[in-house]
Amino acid sequence: MVNRTKVSLCGIEMDNPVIPASGTFGFGYEFAEIYDINCLGTFSFKGTTKEPRFGNPTPRIAECSSGMLNAVGLQNPGVDAVIAEELPKLAKCFHKPVMANVSGFGVEEYVYTCEKLDKEPQVGWLEVNISCPNVHGGGMSFGTDPAAAAEVVRAVKAVTTKPVIIKLTPNVTDIVAIAKACEEAGADAISLINTLLGMRIDLRKKAPLIANTTGGFSGPAVFPVAVRCVYQVASAVSIPVIGIGGVSSAEDVIEMMMAGATAVEVGAANLVNPFACRDIINDLPAAMDKYGIDNLADIIGAAHK
Amino acid sequence: MVLEGDVSAISAPGQFINIQLDGLYLRRPISVCDLTEDTVTIIYKLVGKGTEMMSEMKPGKALDVLTGLGNGYDLTLIPEDATVLLIGGGVGVPPMYLLAKKLLASGRKVTVVLGFNSECDVFFEEEFKALGVDIRVATADGTYGTKGFVTDVLPESYDYFCTCGPTPMLKAVYVATESDGQMSFEERMCSGFGACMGCTCKTITGYKRICKDGPVMRKGEILW
Repeated sequence: MVNRTKVSLCGIEMDNPVIPASGTFGFGYEFAEIYDINCLGTFSFKGTTKEPRFGNPTPRIAECSSGMLNAVGLQNPGVDAVIAEELPKLAKCFHKPVMANVSGFGVEEYVYTCEKLDKEPQVGWLEVNISCPNVHGGGMSFGTDPAAAAEVVRAVKAVTTKPVIIKLTPNVTDIVAIAKACEEAGADAISLINTLLGMRIDLRKKAPLIANTTGGFSGPAVFPVAVRCVYQVASAVSIPVIGIGGVSSAEDVIEMMMAGATAVEVGAANLVNPFACRDIINDLPAAMDKYGIDNLADIIGAAHK
Repeated sequence: MVLEGDVSAISAPGQFINIQLDGLYLRRPISVCDLTEDTVTIIYKLVGKGTEMMSEMKPGKALDVLTGLGNGYDLTLIPEDATVLLIGGGVGVPPMYLLAKKLLASGRKVTVVLGFNSECDVFFEEEFKALGVDIRVATADGTYGTKGFVTDVLPESYDYFCTCGPTPMLKAVYVATESDGQMSFEERMCSGFGACMGCTCKTITGYKRICKDGPVMRKGEILW
Protein backbone atom coordinates (compact mmCIF):
# COMPACT_ATOMS: atom_id res chain seq x y z
CA MET A 1 0.00 0.00 0.00
CA VAL A 2 1.25 3.45 -0.84
CA ASN A 3 1.78 5.71 2.16
CA ARG A 4 -0.03 8.88 1.16
CA THR A 5 1.19 10.89 4.14
CA LYS A 6 4.94 10.35 3.84
CA VAL A 7 7.31 13.28 3.44
CA SER A 8 11.07 13.60 3.24
CA LEU A 9 12.78 16.06 5.56
CA CYS A 10 16.42 16.82 4.67
CA GLY A 11 16.76 13.39 3.11
CA ILE A 12 15.15 11.42 5.94
CA GLU A 13 11.84 9.74 5.10
CA MET A 14 9.02 10.26 7.59
CA ASP A 15 5.77 8.25 7.65
CA ASN A 16 3.89 11.51 8.10
CA PRO A 17 4.77 15.17 8.68
CA VAL A 18 3.50 15.32 12.27
CA ILE A 19 6.14 16.18 14.90
CA PRO A 20 5.37 16.98 18.55
CA ALA A 21 7.18 20.23 19.26
CA SER A 22 9.99 20.58 21.76
CA GLY A 23 8.93 21.35 25.31
CA THR A 24 5.49 19.78 24.95
CA PHE A 25 6.53 16.13 24.72
CA GLY A 26 9.35 15.73 27.23
CA PHE A 27 11.60 12.89 26.12
CA GLY A 28 8.63 10.95 24.82
CA TYR A 29 8.11 8.31 27.48
CA GLU A 30 5.29 10.07 29.36
CA PHE A 31 3.33 9.79 26.12
CA ALA A 32 4.61 6.29 25.35
CA GLU A 33 2.79 5.19 28.51
CA ILE A 34 -0.54 6.07 26.87
CA TYR A 35 -0.05 5.37 23.15
CA ASP A 36 2.50 3.93 20.74
CA ILE A 37 4.50 7.01 19.80
CA ASN A 38 5.98 5.20 16.80
CA CYS A 39 2.98 6.47 14.84
CA LEU A 40 4.62 9.92 14.85
CA GLY A 41 6.69 11.27 11.97
CA THR A 42 9.28 11.98 14.64
CA PHE A 43 9.34 14.24 17.70
CA SER A 44 11.51 17.10 18.89
CA PHE A 45 12.72 16.39 22.38
CA LYS A 46 12.92 18.76 25.34
CA GLY A 47 15.29 21.68 24.68
CA THR A 48 18.73 20.59 25.84
CA THR A 49 21.57 22.80 27.04
CA LYS A 50 25.21 22.19 27.95
CA GLU A 51 24.57 22.40 31.70
CA PRO A 52 21.51 21.16 33.66
CA ARG A 53 18.90 23.87 34.19
CA PHE A 54 16.10 24.20 36.74
CA GLY A 55 14.39 26.89 34.67
CA ASN A 56 12.28 29.74 35.96
CA PRO A 57 10.37 30.06 39.25
CA THR A 58 6.67 29.09 39.25
CA PRO A 59 4.01 29.99 38.26
CA ARG A 60 5.32 29.22 34.79
CA ILE A 61 1.94 28.76 33.11
CA ALA A 62 -1.02 31.05 32.43
CA GLU A 63 -4.12 30.39 30.42
CA CYS A 64 -5.25 32.75 27.64
CA SER A 65 -8.13 32.80 25.17
CA SER A 66 -7.40 29.98 22.72
CA GLY A 67 -3.93 29.45 24.07
CA MET A 68 -1.48 29.69 26.92
CA LEU A 69 1.63 31.43 28.15
CA ASN A 70 4.62 29.48 29.38
CA ALA A 71 7.88 30.57 30.92
CA VAL A 72 9.41 27.22 31.80
CA GLY A 73 12.88 28.54 30.99
CA LEU A 74 14.49 25.50 29.40
CA GLN A 75 14.41 23.13 32.36
CA ASN A 76 16.46 20.12 31.31
CA PRO A 77 19.04 17.75 32.82
CA GLY A 78 21.89 18.92 30.58
CA VAL A 79 23.31 17.21 27.51
CA ASP A 80 25.41 14.62 29.34
CA ALA A 81 22.41 13.33 31.31
CA VAL A 82 20.25 13.43 28.20
CA ILE A 83 22.72 11.15 26.43
CA ALA A 84 23.36 8.91 29.44
CA GLU A 85 19.80 8.59 30.75
CA GLU A 86 17.06 9.99 28.53
CA LEU A 87 18.12 8.61 25.15
CA PRO A 88 18.51 5.00 26.38
CA LYS A 89 15.03 5.21 27.95
CA LEU A 90 13.68 6.65 24.72
CA ALA A 91 15.28 3.87 22.66
CA LYS A 92 12.96 1.39 24.35
CA CYS A 93 9.78 3.13 23.19
CA PHE A 94 10.70 5.03 20.00
CA HIS A 95 12.38 3.38 17.06
CA LYS A 96 12.66 6.20 14.54
CA PRO A 97 15.23 8.99 14.18
CA VAL A 98 14.44 11.67 16.77
CA MET A 99 14.88 15.41 16.46
CA ALA A 100 17.34 16.75 19.05
CA ASN A 101 16.41 20.23 20.21
CA VAL A 102 19.33 22.33 21.41
CA SER A 103 19.49 25.66 23.21
CA GLY A 104 22.38 27.73 24.43
CA PHE A 105 23.64 30.94 25.94
CA GLY A 106 26.63 31.43 23.69
CA VAL A 107 27.91 30.14 20.36
CA GLU A 108 30.36 27.79 22.07
CA GLU A 109 27.50 26.22 24.10
CA TYR A 110 25.45 25.51 20.98
CA VAL A 111 28.56 24.00 19.41
CA TYR A 112 29.33 21.85 22.46
CA THR A 113 25.80 20.45 22.78
CA CYS A 114 25.22 19.94 19.04
CA GLU A 115 28.55 18.20 18.56
CA LYS A 116 27.70 15.70 21.31
CA LEU A 117 24.14 15.01 20.17
CA ASP A 118 25.25 14.74 16.53
CA LYS A 119 27.18 11.59 17.47
CA GLU A 120 24.12 9.84 18.91
CA PRO A 121 22.76 7.26 16.43
CA GLN A 122 19.16 7.90 17.56
CA VAL A 123 19.38 11.54 16.51
CA GLY A 124 18.18 12.20 12.97
CA TRP A 125 18.14 15.99 12.94
CA LEU A 126 19.42 18.78 15.17
CA GLU A 127 16.90 21.54 15.78
CA VAL A 128 18.78 24.56 17.07
CA ASN A 129 16.57 26.88 19.10
CA ILE A 130 17.74 30.46 18.70
CA SER A 131 14.35 31.73 19.71
CA CYS A 132 13.49 30.93 23.34
CA PRO A 133 11.81 34.03 24.77
CA ASN A 134 12.03 32.86 28.38
CA VAL A 135 15.73 32.97 29.14
CA HIS A 136 18.04 35.91 29.50
CA GLY A 137 21.37 36.44 27.81
CA GLY A 138 20.91 33.75 25.16
CA GLY A 139 18.15 32.00 23.33
CA MET A 140 16.18 34.59 21.46
CA SER A 141 18.99 37.15 21.31
CA PHE A 142 20.61 34.99 18.62
CA GLY A 143 17.40 34.75 16.66
CA THR A 144 16.66 38.45 16.42
CA ASP A 145 19.77 39.46 14.49
CA PRO A 146 20.70 38.01 11.09
CA ALA A 147 24.45 38.19 11.73
CA ALA A 148 24.22 36.52 15.16
CA ALA A 149 21.92 33.82 13.78
CA ALA A 150 24.33 33.13 10.92
CA GLU A 151 27.23 32.88 13.35
CA VAL A 152 25.45 30.12 15.31
CA VAL A 153 24.59 28.26 12.11
CA ARG A 154 28.15 28.36 10.76
CA ALA A 155 29.65 27.28 14.07
CA VAL A 156 27.22 24.36 14.51
CA LYS A 157 27.50 23.22 10.89
CA ALA A 158 31.29 23.12 11.26
CA VAL A 159 31.10 20.40 13.94
CA THR A 160 28.07 18.34 12.86
CA THR A 161 27.15 15.86 10.16
CA LYS A 162 23.38 15.65 10.55
CA PRO A 163 20.80 18.06 9.13
CA VAL A 164 20.71 21.29 11.13
CA ILE A 165 17.30 22.95 11.50
CA ILE A 166 17.21 26.47 12.88
CA LYS A 167 14.15 27.35 14.96
CA LEU A 168 13.16 31.00 14.60
CA THR A 169 11.24 33.47 16.70
CA PRO A 170 8.38 35.58 15.36
CA ASN A 171 9.36 38.38 17.74
CA VAL A 172 11.30 40.23 15.04
CA THR A 173 10.69 42.97 12.50
CA ASP A 174 11.65 40.83 9.51
CA ILE A 175 11.69 37.06 9.97
CA VAL A 176 12.56 36.56 6.28
CA ALA A 177 15.92 38.36 6.68
CA ILE A 178 16.86 36.04 9.57
CA ALA A 179 15.77 32.94 7.63
CA LYS A 180 17.80 33.97 4.60
CA ALA A 181 20.86 34.66 6.76
CA CYS A 182 20.53 31.13 8.22
CA GLU A 183 20.19 29.59 4.75
CA GLU A 184 23.24 31.45 3.47
CA ALA A 185 25.23 30.31 6.52
CA GLY A 186 24.45 26.68 5.69
CA ALA A 187 21.28 25.75 7.60
CA ASP A 188 19.59 22.64 6.20
CA ALA A 189 16.08 23.70 7.20
CA ILE A 190 14.15 26.37 9.09
CA SER A 191 11.46 25.71 11.71
CA LEU A 192 9.08 28.41 12.81
CA ILE A 193 7.51 29.88 14.82
CA ASN A 194 8.59 29.71 18.44
CA THR A 195 6.17 31.36 20.87
CA LEU A 196 5.13 35.01 20.77
CA LEU A 197 6.25 37.07 23.73
CA GLY A 198 3.21 37.75 25.89
CA MET A 199 2.01 38.68 29.36
CA ARG A 200 -1.02 38.35 31.64
CA ILE A 201 -1.83 40.17 34.87
CA ASP A 202 -3.63 38.79 37.95
CA LEU A 203 -6.34 41.38 38.62
CA ARG A 204 -6.66 40.45 42.30
CA LYS A 205 -2.94 40.59 43.01
CA LYS A 206 -2.27 43.46 40.58
CA ALA A 207 0.82 41.55 39.49
CA PRO A 208 1.99 39.45 36.54
CA LEU A 209 0.46 35.96 36.48
CA ILE A 210 3.81 34.46 35.53
CA ALA A 211 6.77 34.69 37.90
CA ASN A 212 9.05 35.55 34.98
CA THR A 213 6.68 38.49 34.17
CA THR A 214 6.52 37.55 30.48
CA GLY A 215 6.06 34.23 28.76
CA GLY A 216 5.73 32.67 25.34
CA PHE A 217 2.22 32.63 23.86
CA SER A 218 1.17 29.49 22.01
CA GLY A 219 -2.00 27.64 21.05
CA PRO A 220 -4.63 27.98 18.31
CA ALA A 221 -4.65 31.79 18.65
CA VAL A 222 -1.17 32.04 17.08
CA PHE A 223 -1.95 29.75 14.12
CA PRO A 224 -2.62 32.57 11.59
CA VAL A 225 0.61 34.32 12.57
CA ALA A 226 2.49 31.06 12.08
CA VAL A 227 0.91 30.39 8.69
CA ARG A 228 1.88 33.90 7.56
CA CYS A 229 5.49 33.46 8.74
CA VAL A 230 5.78 30.04 7.09
CA TYR A 231 4.37 31.45 3.82
CA GLN A 232 6.78 34.40 3.83
CA VAL A 233 9.85 32.35 4.69
CA ALA A 234 8.99 29.52 2.29
CA SER A 235 8.79 32.13 -0.50
CA ALA A 236 12.25 33.42 0.29
CA VAL A 237 14.36 30.31 0.95
CA SER A 238 14.93 27.10 -0.95
CA ILE A 239 15.63 24.87 2.07
CA PRO A 240 12.72 23.02 3.75
CA VAL A 241 10.53 24.82 6.25
CA ILE A 242 8.84 23.20 9.26
CA GLY A 243 5.61 24.92 10.29
CA ILE A 244 4.94 25.37 14.01
CA GLY A 245 2.32 27.38 15.87
CA GLY A 246 -1.17 26.54 17.07
CA VAL A 247 -1.58 23.40 14.96
CA SER A 248 -4.42 21.35 16.46
CA SER A 249 -6.04 19.36 13.64
CA ALA A 250 -5.37 17.49 10.40
CA GLU A 251 -6.78 20.52 8.53
CA ASP A 252 -4.23 22.76 10.25
CA VAL A 253 -1.46 20.42 9.09
CA ILE A 254 -2.70 20.66 5.51
CA GLU A 255 -2.95 24.46 5.74
CA MET A 256 0.62 24.75 7.05
CA MET A 257 1.87 22.52 4.23
CA MET A 258 0.04 24.58 1.62
CA ALA A 259 1.78 27.63 3.12
CA GLY A 260 5.09 25.93 2.38
CA ALA A 261 5.84 23.57 5.26
CA THR A 262 7.48 20.22 4.51
CA ALA A 263 6.65 19.01 8.02
CA VAL A 264 4.56 20.36 10.87
CA GLU A 265 5.18 20.56 14.59
CA VAL A 266 2.36 20.34 17.11
CA GLY A 267 2.98 22.03 20.46
CA ALA A 268 0.44 23.25 22.98
CA ALA A 269 -2.22 20.82 21.73
CA ASN A 270 -0.27 17.95 23.34
CA LEU A 271 -0.71 19.59 26.74
CA VAL A 272 -4.49 19.80 26.42
CA ASN A 273 -5.10 16.45 24.76
CA PRO A 274 -2.35 13.88 25.27
CA PHE A 275 -3.62 12.03 22.19
CA ALA A 276 -3.54 15.15 19.98
CA CYS A 277 -0.75 13.99 17.62
CA ARG A 278 -2.06 10.45 17.32
CA ASP A 279 -5.55 11.82 16.54
CA ILE A 280 -4.21 14.27 13.94
CA ILE A 281 -2.29 11.47 12.20
CA ASN A 282 -5.37 9.24 12.21
CA ASP A 283 -7.51 12.08 10.82
CA LEU A 284 -5.11 12.98 7.99
CA PRO A 285 -6.33 10.51 5.30
CA ALA A 286 -9.98 11.58 5.65
CA ALA A 287 -9.01 15.26 5.61
CA MET A 288 -6.90 14.64 2.49
CA ASP A 289 -9.84 12.95 0.79
CA LYS A 290 -12.07 15.86 1.66
CA TYR A 291 -9.75 18.29 -0.13
CA GLY A 292 -8.86 15.98 -3.03
CA ILE A 293 -5.26 15.42 -1.95
CA ASP A 294 -3.69 12.15 -3.13
CA ASN A 295 -0.29 12.60 -1.49
CA LEU A 296 0.56 15.09 1.24
CA ALA A 297 3.98 15.80 -0.26
CA ASP A 298 2.24 17.18 -3.39
CA ILE A 299 0.70 20.12 -1.53
CA ILE A 300 3.85 21.57 0.01
CA GLY A 301 3.75 25.25 -0.94
CA ALA A 302 0.55 24.83 -2.98
CA ALA A 303 -0.71 28.23 -1.86
CA HIS A 304 2.22 29.99 -3.51
CA LYS A 305 1.22 31.32 -6.91
CA MET B 1 -19.97 17.20 41.69
CA VAL B 2 -20.28 13.46 41.08
CA LEU B 3 -18.89 12.15 37.80
CA GLU B 4 -19.82 8.73 36.47
CA GLY B 5 -17.52 6.76 34.20
CA ASP B 6 -14.37 4.66 34.09
CA VAL B 7 -12.50 5.51 37.28
CA SER B 8 -10.24 2.46 37.21
CA ALA B 9 -7.13 4.60 36.70
CA ILE B 10 -7.55 6.22 40.12
CA SER B 11 -5.51 4.14 42.52
CA ALA B 12 -4.75 6.30 45.56
CA PRO B 13 -6.27 9.11 47.62
CA GLY B 14 -4.60 12.42 46.77
CA GLN B 15 -4.62 11.83 43.02
CA PHE B 16 -6.44 14.32 40.81
CA ILE B 17 -8.44 14.52 37.60
CA ASN B 18 -8.08 17.11 34.81
CA ILE B 19 -11.31 18.36 33.26
CA GLN B 20 -11.73 19.85 29.78
CA LEU B 21 -14.35 22.63 29.69
CA ASP B 22 -15.95 24.02 26.54
CA GLY B 23 -14.26 27.19 25.35
CA LEU B 24 -11.44 27.15 27.90
CA TYR B 25 -8.01 26.18 26.63
CA LEU B 26 -6.39 24.42 29.58
CA ARG B 27 -7.94 21.63 31.61
CA ARG B 28 -8.92 22.19 35.26
CA PRO B 29 -7.09 19.96 37.75
CA ILE B 30 -9.28 19.00 40.72
CA SER B 31 -8.48 16.56 43.52
CA VAL B 32 -10.47 13.39 44.12
CA CYS B 33 -12.68 13.64 47.22
CA ASP B 34 -14.46 10.29 47.08
CA LEU B 35 -14.57 7.25 44.88
CA THR B 36 -16.84 4.28 44.18
CA GLU B 37 -16.58 1.58 41.52
CA ASP B 38 -17.92 3.87 38.83
CA THR B 39 -18.11 7.38 40.25
CA VAL B 40 -15.72 10.03 41.42
CA THR B 41 -16.76 12.93 43.65
CA ILE B 42 -15.01 16.29 43.41
CA ILE B 43 -15.51 19.45 45.42
CA TYR B 44 -14.45 22.76 43.92
CA LYS B 45 -14.45 26.37 45.04
CA LEU B 46 -15.87 29.07 42.76
CA VAL B 47 -12.74 31.01 41.87
CA GLY B 48 -12.95 31.77 38.17
CA LYS B 49 -14.40 31.04 34.76
CA GLY B 50 -13.84 27.30 34.89
CA THR B 51 -15.44 26.60 38.24
CA GLU B 52 -18.27 29.01 37.35
CA MET B 53 -18.99 26.93 34.24
CA MET B 54 -18.91 23.77 36.32
CA SER B 55 -21.39 25.22 38.79
CA GLU B 56 -23.86 25.84 35.95
CA MET B 57 -23.68 22.33 34.51
CA LYS B 58 -26.82 20.20 34.42
CA PRO B 59 -26.88 16.52 35.41
CA GLY B 60 -26.25 14.25 32.42
CA LYS B 61 -23.64 16.44 30.72
CA ALA B 62 -20.68 14.50 29.29
CA LEU B 63 -17.19 15.73 30.17
CA ASP B 64 -13.75 14.93 28.74
CA VAL B 65 -11.72 14.03 31.83
CA LEU B 66 -8.21 12.64 32.34
CA THR B 67 -8.27 10.53 35.50
CA GLY B 68 -5.79 8.95 37.86
CA LEU B 69 -3.21 11.71 37.53
CA GLY B 70 -0.33 12.22 39.92
CA ASN B 71 1.01 10.24 42.83
CA GLY B 72 -1.37 10.14 45.77
CA TYR B 73 -0.75 9.38 49.43
CA ASP B 74 1.31 6.24 49.88
CA LEU B 75 -0.37 4.25 52.65
CA THR B 76 2.45 1.71 52.71
CA LEU B 77 4.68 4.37 54.28
CA ILE B 78 2.33 4.79 57.23
CA PRO B 79 2.85 2.44 60.23
CA GLU B 80 -0.01 -0.06 60.50
CA ASP B 81 -1.04 0.81 64.05
CA ALA B 82 -0.51 4.55 63.66
CA THR B 83 -2.82 7.35 64.72
CA VAL B 84 -2.80 9.50 61.60
CA LEU B 85 -3.43 13.24 61.69
CA LEU B 86 -5.10 14.58 58.56
CA ILE B 87 -4.79 18.34 58.03
CA GLY B 88 -6.83 19.98 55.27
CA GLY B 89 -7.00 23.67 54.46
CA GLY B 90 -9.69 25.16 52.20
CA VAL B 91 -9.71 23.38 48.84
CA GLY B 92 -7.17 21.00 50.37
CA VAL B 93 -9.94 19.44 52.49
CA PRO B 94 -11.56 17.15 49.86
CA PRO B 95 -8.67 14.70 49.34
CA MET B 96 -8.54 14.16 53.11
CA TYR B 97 -11.96 12.52 52.93
CA LEU B 98 -11.06 9.56 50.72
CA LEU B 99 -7.77 9.29 52.59
CA ALA B 100 -9.63 9.13 55.94
CA LYS B 101 -11.89 6.37 54.61
CA LYS B 102 -8.93 4.34 53.33
CA LEU B 103 -7.00 4.75 56.58
CA LEU B 104 -10.00 3.76 58.70
CA ALA B 105 -10.65 0.76 56.45
CA SER B 106 -7.06 -0.33 57.05
CA GLY B 107 -7.60 -0.22 60.82
CA ARG B 108 -5.60 2.92 61.55
CA LYS B 109 -6.89 5.67 63.86
CA VAL B 110 -7.63 9.05 62.29
CA THR B 111 -7.81 12.59 63.68
CA VAL B 112 -8.87 15.38 61.35
CA VAL B 113 -7.99 19.09 61.51
CA LEU B 114 -9.65 21.42 59.03
CA GLY B 115 -8.84 25.09 58.43
CA PHE B 116 -10.90 27.72 56.63
CA ASN B 117 -10.92 31.49 56.28
CA SER B 118 -14.37 32.06 57.71
CA GLU B 119 -17.59 30.34 58.80
CA CYS B 120 -19.09 30.68 55.30
CA ASP B 121 -16.18 28.65 53.86
CA VAL B 122 -16.58 25.68 56.18
CA PHE B 123 -17.66 22.47 54.46
CA PHE B 124 -17.58 18.69 54.91
CA GLU B 125 -17.37 18.77 58.71
CA GLU B 126 -20.50 16.61 58.96
CA GLU B 127 -19.20 14.10 56.41
CA PHE B 128 -16.03 13.62 58.44
CA LYS B 129 -18.04 13.32 61.65
CA ALA B 130 -20.12 10.61 59.98
CA LEU B 131 -16.91 8.60 59.60
CA GLY B 132 -16.64 8.68 63.38
CA VAL B 133 -13.31 10.49 63.54
CA ASP B 134 -12.14 13.10 66.02
CA ILE B 135 -12.35 16.45 64.23
CA ARG B 136 -11.19 20.00 65.01
CA VAL B 137 -11.94 23.11 62.97
CA ALA B 138 -10.16 26.47 62.91
CA THR B 139 -11.16 29.63 61.06
CA ALA B 140 -8.77 32.51 60.48
CA ASP B 141 -11.34 35.09 61.55
CA GLY B 142 -12.71 33.07 64.46
CA THR B 143 -16.29 33.01 63.15
CA TYR B 144 -16.40 29.21 63.54
CA GLY B 145 -14.47 26.73 65.65
CA THR B 146 -11.20 27.90 67.13
CA LYS B 147 -9.85 31.27 65.95
CA GLY B 148 -6.58 30.76 64.21
CA PHE B 149 -4.89 28.35 61.81
CA VAL B 150 -4.73 24.57 61.62
CA THR B 151 -1.46 24.71 63.52
CA ASP B 152 -3.30 26.25 66.49
CA VAL B 153 -5.50 23.18 66.96
CA LEU B 154 -3.10 20.29 66.35
CA PRO B 155 -3.59 17.44 68.85
CA GLU B 156 -0.76 16.56 71.22
CA SER B 157 -0.38 13.01 70.16
CA TYR B 158 -0.26 11.43 66.72
CA ASP B 159 2.22 9.18 64.92
CA TYR B 160 2.06 10.40 61.36
CA PHE B 161 0.41 13.20 59.37
CA CYS B 162 -0.95 13.82 55.88
CA THR B 163 -1.86 17.29 54.67
CA CYS B 164 -3.14 19.25 51.69
CA GLY B 165 -3.70 22.99 51.39
CA PRO B 166 -2.19 26.29 50.29
CA THR B 167 1.60 26.54 50.41
CA PRO B 168 1.78 28.91 53.45
CA MET B 169 -0.28 26.39 55.43
CA LEU B 170 1.94 23.51 54.32
CA LYS B 171 5.00 25.45 55.47
CA ALA B 172 3.42 26.10 58.87
CA VAL B 173 2.44 22.42 59.19
CA TYR B 174 5.94 21.36 58.20
CA VAL B 175 7.37 23.41 61.07
CA ALA B 176 4.69 22.53 63.64
CA THR B 177 4.78 18.74 63.18
CA GLU B 178 7.44 16.49 64.61
CA SER B 179 6.37 13.21 63.07
CA ASP B 180 6.98 12.02 59.53
CA GLY B 181 4.29 12.82 57.01
CA GLN B 182 3.17 13.42 53.45
CA MET B 183 2.17 16.77 51.94
CA SER B 184 0.18 17.55 48.81
CA PHE B 185 1.07 20.67 46.81
CA GLU B 186 -0.89 22.97 44.54
CA GLU B 187 0.47 24.67 41.43
CA ARG B 188 -0.77 26.01 38.11
CA MET B 189 -0.65 23.08 35.71
CA CYS B 190 -1.47 22.36 32.14
CA SER B 191 -1.11 18.79 30.92
CA GLY B 192 -1.34 17.21 34.36
CA PHE B 193 0.85 14.30 33.24
CA GLY B 194 4.34 15.76 33.28
CA ALA B 195 4.77 16.92 29.70
CA CYS B 196 5.40 20.63 30.02
CA MET B 197 7.52 21.09 33.16
CA GLY B 198 5.26 23.98 34.13
CA CYS B 199 4.92 22.98 37.78
CA THR B 200 8.44 21.88 38.75
CA CYS B 201 9.72 22.34 42.29
CA LYS B 202 13.09 21.62 43.91
CA THR B 203 13.28 18.75 46.39
CA ILE B 204 16.05 17.03 48.31
CA THR B 205 15.86 14.19 45.79
CA GLY B 206 16.00 16.50 42.76
CA TYR B 207 13.58 18.45 40.60
CA LYS B 208 10.03 17.13 40.73
CA ARG B 209 6.95 17.91 38.68
CA ILE B 210 4.07 18.55 41.06
CA CYS B 211 1.58 17.08 38.56
CA LYS B 212 3.45 13.87 37.75
CA ASP B 213 5.92 13.17 40.59
CA GLY B 214 3.56 14.83 43.11
CA PRO B 215 1.23 16.32 44.08
CA VAL B 216 1.94 14.31 47.25
CA MET B 217 5.53 14.39 48.50
CA ARG B 218 7.20 12.99 51.58
CA LYS B 219 7.99 15.53 54.29
CA GLY B 220 11.63 14.47 54.24
CA GLU B 221 12.16 15.37 50.58
CA ILE B 222 10.73 18.88 50.69
CA LEU B 223 12.88 21.98 50.20
CA TRP B 224 11.25 25.33 50.94
